[in-house]
Parts: sequence; structure tokens; C-alpha cells
Amino acid sequence: MTVTLPISVDPASLATEDVVPGRWRRMPTKAKVGAVILGFFVVAAIIGPLVTPYDPSYQNPSPALSMAAPSAAHLLGTTQTGEDVLSQLLVGIRLTLELAVIVGVVATALSVIVGVAAAFLGGIWDELLSLVSNVFLVIPSLPLLIILLGYLPQKGQLATIAVLSVLGWPWGARVIRAQTLAIRNRDFISAARETGEKTWRILAFEIVPNEVSLIAASFVNTVLYAIGASVALAFIGLADLNSWSLGTILYWAESQQALQLGAWWWFVPPGLAVALMGTGLVLLNTGIDELGNPRLRDASSASRIAGRWLRPTDPTPVLEEVQQRRTGLAGFLHSFSRSSLLDQSQAGDTL
Amino acid sequence: MTFILRRLVFYVVAAWVALTLNFFIPRAMPGNAVEAVMAKFPGVLQPAAYRAIEAMLGVGHAGSLWHQYWAYLVDVAHFNLGTSSSQYPAQVSTLLGETIPWTLTLVGTATIIAFVVGTALGILAGWRYGGALDRVLPGLMFLQAIPYFFFALILLEVFALKFHVFPTGEGYAGGLVPGWHWDFIGSAIYHSLLPALTIVLTSIAGWMLQMRNVMITTLGEDYVVAAQAKGLPSHRVIFTYAARNALLPQLQGFGLALGFVVSGALIMEIVFSYPGIGLLLLGAVSSDDFPLMQAIFLVITFAVLLANLIIDLVIVFADPRARVREVAR
Amino acid sequence: MSAGSNSGTPGAVPAAGSKPVLDIRDFSVVYRTPSGDVRAVDRVNISLAAGEVVGLAGESGSGKSTLAYGACRLLRAPAFITSGSVRYQGRRLAQGSQAADVLRMTPQELQKLRWREIAIVFQSAMNALNPVLSVRNQLLDVIHAHMKMPRDEARDRAASLLDLVGIPRSRLRSYPHELSGGMRQRVMIAMALAAEPEVVIMDEPTTALDVVVQRDILAQIVELKDRLGFSILFITHDLSLLLELADRIAVMYAGQLMEVGTAGEIHREASHPYTQGLLNSFPSLRGPRRDLAGIPGSPPDLRHPSPGCPFLPRCSYGTDACTRIDMELLPVATSQDSEHVTACPFVLPGTPPPEGFTATDRLDVPDHLRLADEARTTVEPGS
Repeated sequence: MTVTLPISVDPASLATEDVVPGRWRRMPTKAKVGAVILGFFVVAAIIGPLVTPYDPSYQNPSPALSMAAPSAAHLLGTTQTGEDVLSQLLVGIRLTLELAVIVGVVATALSVIVGVAAAFLGGIWDELLSLVSNVFLVIPSLPLLIILLGYLPQKGQLATIAVLSVLGWPWGARVIRAQTLAIRNRDFISAARETGEKTWRILAFEIVPNEVSLIAASFVNTVLYAIGASVALAFIGLADLNSWSLGTILYWAESQQALQLGAWWWFVPPGLAVALMGTGLVLLNTGIDELGNPRLRDASSASRIAGRWLRPTDPTPVLEEVQQRRTGLAGFLHSFSRSSLLDQSQAGDTL
Repeated sequence: MTFILRRLVFYVVAAWVALTLNFFIPRAMPGNAVEAVMAKFPGVLQPAAYRAIEAMLGVGHAGSLWHQYWAYLVDVAHFNLGTSSSQYPAQVSTLLGETIPWTLTLVGTATIIAFVVGTALGILAGWRYGGALDRVLPGLMFLQAIPYFFFALILLEVFALKFHVFPTGEGYAGGLVPGWHWDFIGSAIYHSLLPALTIVLTSIAGWMLQMRNVMITTLGEDYVVAAQAKGLPSHRVIFTYAARNALLPQLQGFGLALGFVVSGALIMEIVFSYPGIGLLLLGAVSSDDFPLMQAIFLVITFAVLLANLIIDLVIVFADPRARVREVAR
Repeated sequence: MSAGSNSGTPGAVPAAGSKPVLDIRDFSVVYRTPSGDVRAVDRVNISLAAGEVVGLAGESGSGKSTLAYGACRLLRAPAFITSGSVRYQGRRLAQGSQAADVLRMTPQELQKLRWREIAIVFQSAMNALNPVLSVRNQLLDVIHAHMKMPRDEARDRAASLLDLVGIPRSRLRSYPHELSGGMRQRVMIAMALAAEPEVVIMDEPTTALDVVVQRDILAQIVELKDRLGFSILFITHDLSLLLELADRIAVMYAGQLMEVGTAGEIHREASHPYTQGLLNSFPSLRGPRRDLAGIPGSPPDLRHPSPGCPFLPRCSYGTDACTRIDMELLPVATSQDSEHVTACPFVLPGTPPPEGFTATDRLDVPDHLRLADEARTTVEPGS
């Protein structure tokens, strides 16, 4: 799956934290939906393995239960060797999410360190670190991951985490470096330096807190990349094939010809889980994007002024003419929508 | 000119890093790589194959590390990428030569189509944001999050197995002899339709979302407002003032994402048993054919680097500012 | 229609004599933000006569740019216009016909109006010029959009426009990033004049330039105005500039008009405390030396407007009575000119502020930041 590169996050624009309603309320619906989806998977990850109906590795010898379609006993059917797909799925969600979150934390931490260091140290260090980041950005990561994992004697969770983290930081580092450079030249940093604040304190208390949106976006993106990469790697067999991550389930499904034999219940649930987790992350990222880029935010909220869809290049609307249109059936229907409340807000009153 | 030269130097450095990584990784891995590999083929590998791997890994090779490194670089320059251990005694370069054309045509064409159509839709969505096109956004995000190979499985299930619209795999109908005649070419095209569709459908969402965001940001720029103030016709404002500027970051994004697209497409090929690099890769991984794995890494990396260079050329052509100074990448 | 009468809209200020080319009445703009509605422009009346230069002065955030762009309906979401009319009657339109209201025009009519009748010179030329098009192509775009002429004639016109602003013709091939700041601004001006507009709105056209270039460009603007006969709405925070350049000046604060009058009146008999504060913010070249004071405090939060005069927290003369006025523009009592109006019913030119009182008393200003008493000034007539 392709990784979203939120080019829209403008590193030079800083969210001014004045008196505005809390971040959660300000997030667009899309992001909240994404958070809910992710929340569901996080809960599944936590309690899933505790409530599996069967041991995922238990191979039921009964031939009738080999590649059996979903039934009351096996809600998601069974595999070739009689294992319960649902149990595997529940364990798989935890394993995959766990791995992805750890990679996200480690890689994001690395990218913050590298990005801030490059921006702050400047000069030859900046050039060097930027060069390294750019080189690893342009070299396709999956083939490199394949070689790295291929040569490792063990290809389990730990190996995968290590390998994914090593290749997962360059993108975040680049974006954070750009943002840090922009902040570094701002007045309040100069002021802090003037008053003799130690560099590390400036970094920790002035700079990083201003980049929280960017770091959050970077984290979400890295988790997305980690899920995609780990599933892809497992699918071609570069994982601990005795464990039940979503990727390994798909590997076994493919190698046992689940598709050709019509056992859709074997590969659809894990794939769907991956897709939904990815969707949740992408939606969440949109929210963070819009927080950081006022134009996108205006785009999603402003187009709903007085219930009308406005193109950015439409002439500035005149309120009276908008209100005039709310007559008849259209007006009646409109009165049920939330945007009709906006029409009666303060602006309308004071006309 | 300076810009292109600097980018060229950058790609040469990146290529060198890739080559060097390729050389050092097997030598740096914990545990004796060769022994680990050998341990998997008790009695299966012929002595000659054993020596092939040894040669590739530099075990027991006379001469210092630098000597081996230099010999390795010379080999690569001559397209001598070693001998495959799983398909011994086939030369890796021969194997690659057979599969690259398939992957190149499929992935190359599909990716370009997806990019062009996705960008065009993104321009439309950005121009009319808040409109009907925005309602499909969540659906697009879902599409974008689906792994290519999983989507391939679904499409195969629906369009090949349930409704027999497309063939179930392979590059061409069995029994046909490859060659430049219509039977073969027609069959090859027919067999590549579903894989191409998979790539196009999943990646189009990404390009469209990205272009939409860039367009929205660009539409907020002063020169677009100025263009409106000047009373220029709408199409001129959208295309020449907004889209032409938005295209620059979009192209940069294309270059960066290319690595992911190619990787995803390779794995997708496995699902279709398409005779491209993907299948080769699967075989190499499952049989620990390191020479082949490493060669595939090199080939893909170089291809992506080359594509990025071409994109840079396009950017220089389109952006007058890039001709003067470095565009911050 | 005279100022202060109860017939028609309050505070209407027409130019003496002829019908105005651009007549903005009772104009209001609201920004709908997640944290509330912001009244960026509040019932403003401004008019422009043919060949006149009207200056619009105010701090950042006073609403002056919003007013200008809003009048052309160029504001983007979340802005919308909540009241008023913008009547345009250029000399090209038939004599005696109704003036058209920009706020009621269709997009097609707007497109014809824009640039051909009302053009804008933007503040930052670097950002207002398309980075990927050459100067010639951008000029041609504008020419072809509004004037029907064959290609070579259009090319000639583009070249002669550059002549007009004193840029060598070789620059037609250049891209915006290849030009200096002053040159870019001149290109902007040339572009604005390409379709022979009746009204040119200039939004801080020289703020981003150094003073020497500023001088040149302003001189050029005046010369072009005299030659071609268009009106100018000149927006700036620099009141001193307007005193030299403008025929009439309108001072804006927090989206409302504070004072309107001829440049001479404003200079000699500034009435509103805010105007006085602005005038005291820069030294004059001649006259006795004085201490300079700025205006302490900062512009109000327009999301939560307080009743009465928005300038009250920063005003040296303010009292509780100020919270009860309705911001109507009234003629200045001591002025000869009946069209010199002010929003402050209490202060006259030359009135010293109350003894022992500074505006900082009303603000929560820490002691070490308060201005010393000597820093307060009064306007000295004739300075």
C-alpha cells in the first residue's frame, strides 16, 4: 500500500495556541471516525488473545473441519489444518499492532533526534544527516528490508522491529528538520538564547512542544508504514512463520491455495483487518493534517457556510442572498440540518 | 543545469550506498551466513553451487576486504551479478533479463496511468472542494490503505473465479510460445489487465488525495487570488495558475513514493503468478537464494533511482526557479 | 446626502460634487471561525470620486484589506458579507444609468468588472505573481482576458506597459524570481493598468520595499494617475505617507471608521484620539522636537467585541461614557470642512488628555513597562 505523504503539512506554519477550543473538538469528523476505528482495534489487540475460542495453533484433525466455511462453531471458518481463523485473527491483530506501534515509537524518536539535531547543529552535520536521510528515502525500502531480514538467522518480531525501525526514520526526520529550521529563526527562540537558556532546555521545552502536531503525524505515518511493510514481508515468508501475525496468516492462506480452493474466509478477514487499521490511521492523519494546515481546515469547515457548497474561487457570498434561497421545500428540508443552526447564529441576528 | 548536476551526484552517491550495503550486509550479519545457508541444504546443493554462494559472500576468498569490494564493483559494472543458487547453474543476470520486461511493462504502464488519472481527479477535487467528489474521500482512503496483494486476491476472487471475466493468473495462456506475434501479445495483454487494474485502483486513491491537498494549499496562494482578481477565465486559473504550480510538489511526492509502489506491485505479482520479478523474488526468499535476492535489490534500486532522475528532469523543465537554484527536496 | 443627517445611511461621506465612481455603503464582513464569528468590517462607508486618491489607514487587523478585497468579493471562506452595497459607476458606463451593485452581480458580470474597471495592486509582488509564467505571459493573460486585440497588438501593449513603469523591455522574458523587489512591484502596477481600469486599489504596495525604492514607486504612481486619470484607494498603515499622497483619508480601527477627512484636515486638525496617536507615532521633518509615544496596548479581540468604542482600552481620553456611544460619524465641531467627520463625540483637536492619567492605567501593564508621564504628548498645532 502506498504511504500517504502529507505534503500539505506546511512546516513553516505553526499552530498558534491561543484561546481556541481543545484539539479534540477541533478535529474534523473524518479524524474522529479514524480514531474510533483505531480504538476498536486497540481494544481487540488488548483483549483479543484472551478471548479466543480456540488455541490458534490447535490443528483439528477432523477432515470435515479442514478448510471449513464459517459456522457456529468456527465464526470465521478454519484453515487447511483445521485451525480456527477467528482465533488467529485476534492474536494477529495484537501482534501486528504491537509491532507497528513499537516501530512507530522507536522510528519517530529517531527521526525527532536526527531532525532536530540536523536543524540545530547546522553546517556540516546538517548536510551529512540530510544526505543520509535523503539517500535512505530514495532507496526503496522493501527490497532492502528483504535482504536484511533474509540474512538474519531469526526472523521473529524482534528482528522485524529492529529492521523496520532502522529504515523508518528518514521521512519523519526530513519533515521535522524543516519545521525546526523554521522555528529556530523565530523570535522567541532568540529571546530564550539571549536569556541564556541552555540549548538542551530550549530544545526540550520550546521547540519540541511546538512540533507536537508534526510529530504526531509522523508517528501515525510510521505506524502505517510498519503495518504495510511487516505484512508484505510476512506474506513472502520473511517472518516467524509459526507465529500468527496478520501477514503470516495471509502467507499460509496463499501457500495453501486458499483462493483457488475457494476458502475466502481465510484471507479476507486478515486482509480486511489490515485495510481497516490502515484506513483508521489515514483518517487520523487527515485530522492532524488539517490541524496543521489552516487552508485545509478552512476547506472542510468553510464550505459549509450557511449550508451551501462553496468553491474556493466563488465570489465571497453575500448572506442575504443565501438566506433568500431557503424557501419552500428546500427551506423546509434544510431546517433539519445542523447547518441551519449556523444561519441563525450571531451573525444572522445582528443583521 | 547546476540543479541537474547536483541531483546526478546525489543519485550516484545513493547508488554507491546501495552497492556498498549490498556488499557488506552479508558480511556483517550475526552468525556465519554461509553456514546458516548451507545448513539448509544438506546434500541438496552441489559443490559448484556451494562455491557460487561462497564466491558471492566472499568466504574463503583470497585477498583483503577492499580487494573483494573492488572486484565486486567491477562485476556489477559488467552486469555479472553472480550465479543463482536455487536455479543453479543459471546466471542471475539471465534470470533477471527474462523477468524484467514483464514487470517493467506492467508496473511502469499501470503506475503512470494511475498517476496521471489520479492527479487529474485530484485537480478536480481540489478545485471543487466541498463538492460531490469529496464524498468519496473516505472510500478512497480505504482503497489506499489496502495492501496491493490483498486487493489482488479480492479482485481475482470476484472477477476471475466467480465471474470469469479475467484469467486467473500467469502472464499468458499456457501453450503459447513467446514471440512477437499477435496471438502471444494479445494473450499477454489480456493476462495483464487484472494486475494492472489492481495497481491502478489502489494507487490512484493516493495520488488523488495528495493532489487534492496540494491543490487546496495552492489555491490559497496569493497569485491564485490575484488571478481571480484579474478576471481571468476559470480554466486558466485552475490549470495555468493553480495546477501547474501544484504539480511540482506532486511530482516530488511521486518520486518519493515510487519505491513503495514498485515494492507493492512486485508482491502483487506473486498473487497472479505473473512471470515478473515478483515471482523470482518469492522463489529466492523461500530458497535463501542470496545472490538472486541481492541482485533484485540492486535492480529495483537502480530502476527507482533512474526514475527519480527522470522526474527531476521533468521538474526542471516545469519550474523556472529550479533552473537557477536548488529546489529544497 | 450630507454627513450627519438622519436621512439615508448614517455617516455617508460622498466626495464633493460629482457622483462617486465607487460607493461603498454600510459594508460589513464576518469571518465564521470555529471559536466564533469575527466582525472584520463593521458598517463602513467609503466613496471614491473620479481621479481621487483616498487613503485607508490603520494597523494590521484593522480590516482595511478585508474591506478592499471584500468589496471586490475576493475574500475566501470563511468570510462572508453580511450587509451593505458596493455601487460602481465608471465613466465607461452610459451616462445616467444605474450604478451596478457589485454585491448583487453574477459571476459573469463580476468577471467583466474585475480588472477592467477595478484593479488591485497586491502587497507582496513576489507572492502575487505566478512563479512559473514569464512576465510577458502574465501581462498577455490580462490583456487577452479583457481586451479584444490581435496577438501582435497585444504583445506591443505588453511591452508598452513595461515602458510605462520604467522597466526595460528585455524583462518581458524574465520570471518573477529573477526580478528585484522594486521591479516586481512595478510589474504589478503595469499589470494593474493593463486593462485601463477606472479604480486601482493599492494594498500596501510599497511596504515591503526600502525607502528609496518606495519614493520612486510612489512618484511613479502619482504620475501615472495624473496621466491616465484613474482613482486610487491606497491602503497602508503608514499615515505619514497618506498625508502627502492622498486627497482624503479614512482611518480604520477594529473594523470601523474612526475618522474621515481631507489630508490637510487630518494633518492639522486630527480629532479622533486614535488618529492623534497615529500621528504621534512618527516624527515630522520640521517643527519642534517632541517625545514620541506609540499607542500602548494591542488591537481588540474581534471575537468578543465590547460595547461602544473599540479603542477605549487604549485611549487616553476614555471614560465610561464611551461604552454607550454608537460609533456614528459626526462632523468635527472646530473644523471648517463639514465633511471632516469623527467617531469620537468627546474629543476635539487640541484637547489635552485628563491630568495625571494615561491609557496604561486601564491596562494590566506591569510597572516596569509603563510609560513615564513625560512620554505622554499632546498634538501641537502647526507642527
